[in-house]
Amino acid sequence: MTSSATASATATGSPLISIRNLQKSFGSNQVLTDISLDVDKGEVVCVIGPSGSGKSTMLRCINVLETPSGGSIVVDGMDMTDLDLDIDAARIRIGMVFQSFNLFGHLTVRENLTVAQTKVLGRSRSEADKVAEANLAKVGLSEKMEAKPGSLSGGQQQRVAIARALSMDPDVMLFDEPTSALDPETVGDVLQVMRNLAEAGMTMVVVTHEMEFARQVADRVVFMDGGVVVEEGPARDVIGNPREQRTKDFLSRVLHPGQLG
Amino acid sequence: MSSPHATGDGGRNGTGIPVATATPKAKMSKRQKAKISRGIQYGILVVIAVVIAVVADWPTLIDTFGRVDIAAGMLPDVITKALKNTVVFTGLGFVLGLAIAIVLALMRLSSVGVYRWIAFVYIEFFRGLPALVVFLVMGFGLPVAFPGFILPQLVVIMIALALVSSAYMAETIRAGIQAVPKGQVEAARSLGMSSSRAMFTIVLPQAMRIILPPLTNELILLTKDSSLAYILGSSVDGRELAALGRAEIVNSANLTPFIVIALCYLIITIPLSYLSRVLEKKYGSADSGVK
Repeated sequence: MTSSATASATATGSPLISIRNLQKSFGSNQVLTDISLDVDKGEVVCVIGPSGSGKSTMLRCINVLETPSGGSIVVDGMDMTDLDLDIDAARIRIGMVFQSFNLFGHLTVRENLTVAQTKVLGRSRSEADKVAEANLAKVGLSEKMEAKPGSLSGGQQQRVAIARALSMDPDVMLFDEPTSALDPETVGDVLQVMRNLAEAGMTMVVVTHEMEFARQVADRVVFMDGGVVVEEGPARDVIGNPREQRTKDFLSRVLHPGQLG
Repeated sequence: MSSPHATGDGGRNGTGIPVATATPKAKMSKRQKAKISRGIQYGILVVIAVVIAVVADWPTLIDTFGRVDIAAGMLPDVITKALKNTVVFTGLGFVLGLAIAIVLALMRLSSVGVYRWIAFVYIEFFRGLPALVVFLVMGFGLPVAFPGFILPQLVVIMIALALVSSAYMAETIRAGIQAVPKGQVEAARSLGMSSSRAMFTIVLPQAMRIILPPLTNELILLTKDSSLAYILGSSVDGRELAALGRAEIVNSANLTPFIVIALCYLIITIPLSYLSRVLEKKYGSADSGVK
């Protein structure tokens, strides 16, 4: 298990996210074979790999949008696979950003940012508004407070989605290919917001195809293929100087898409 | 039927290659054909209108269906009582039917198999029954089956209309709920909402926009179905449009009341179908920002 090396990196206390022997099957189709991964507080981990490698499924298992078939996931001491766990309360502390934004189309940006604050956290309207305004400013969209999601560009919608997740004051943020559905010219703004978030010390797990972002921002890069972690380590190693042949093949495909063979 | 393209304009003008112009039809351009076709259609319309105007026995027709004095005599009761009763019956039936339909739709989507089954059987049963049968059973069957258990007429009509409409509306609502992208629920759940809160604050409001136009259509159908209440009989003040129409026809020995109540139904249904079109335009094509 490659992850045992990283576990030892946690000198003080236990990691914020601890995944052990995670398995996930859809019917007879085994998507995750045996995943073990630790994420420390304040760490930014980028998960890369070919499509169908199980990256998104692994991420969705962390907040149990997918129910794991085996293994354990512990987030800040909460055993996410425990059926007695109050999963709604646990999810409050795990922010999630989706590939397709999933903003609530019938609500304004303000309502998107406040609906869960008032209904789930029980914050007052004025308190929720204050939090929403602060987070919308963080993603540079203060002037869009009263807009409907449908009137925003994809990049703007994704930044609102990030602000919505941040408004719950999560301990960790999960990003599921946040820029894959965007027009190329709006990708930069979203990545910049994520970069700022990383610099502010947010714990982040990012499934992404943006190698440049992973190289610059990630504390650690995890390469997944075929439902297992093939290789993990600092970005300069995994992306700059991969050990495994599968990693090399993948990187040569994504970094030099024009070349064949 | 188009002129052969292979011959180009020459073929169309009839001056070109002999093979292509072998049939006289090929000599006509598309525009000429369309003109002739339109001419024929107008012609048919004029002929029909003329035939009706000549053949119809206008004095008898007007005397049978258009007696202004009889129509005037129906006022104001036809509006203040019958039209009002139709609207009240339909409205109450619709509201109760909608409530039942929402419950049924949620049952159809439940993870509990028994609920899915009950809802499925209910929907298939009432969707397949003629409204008339439901009215007969509710009005005459139940009082016989449960002697002494007599509901007020208004309640019987309301329940009958609710039973008739709820099965259709349940399917419409279920389809609307399923049309809301799964990502909406996932986003709501990831923010810590329970599945029922996600359903009521995120999914149902968006499903409503999808199902409002078809629900308005259902309201139109229900307005017409409410006419079946006449078979239950009623007090003079309890008559809706169809019952009043029948009574007036018997009283006046004339069919003018038919025309009057037909117009009254249209007073209700035409604004509703306008509303349905407006809603469809407003929500049907709107980009809701949802993927």
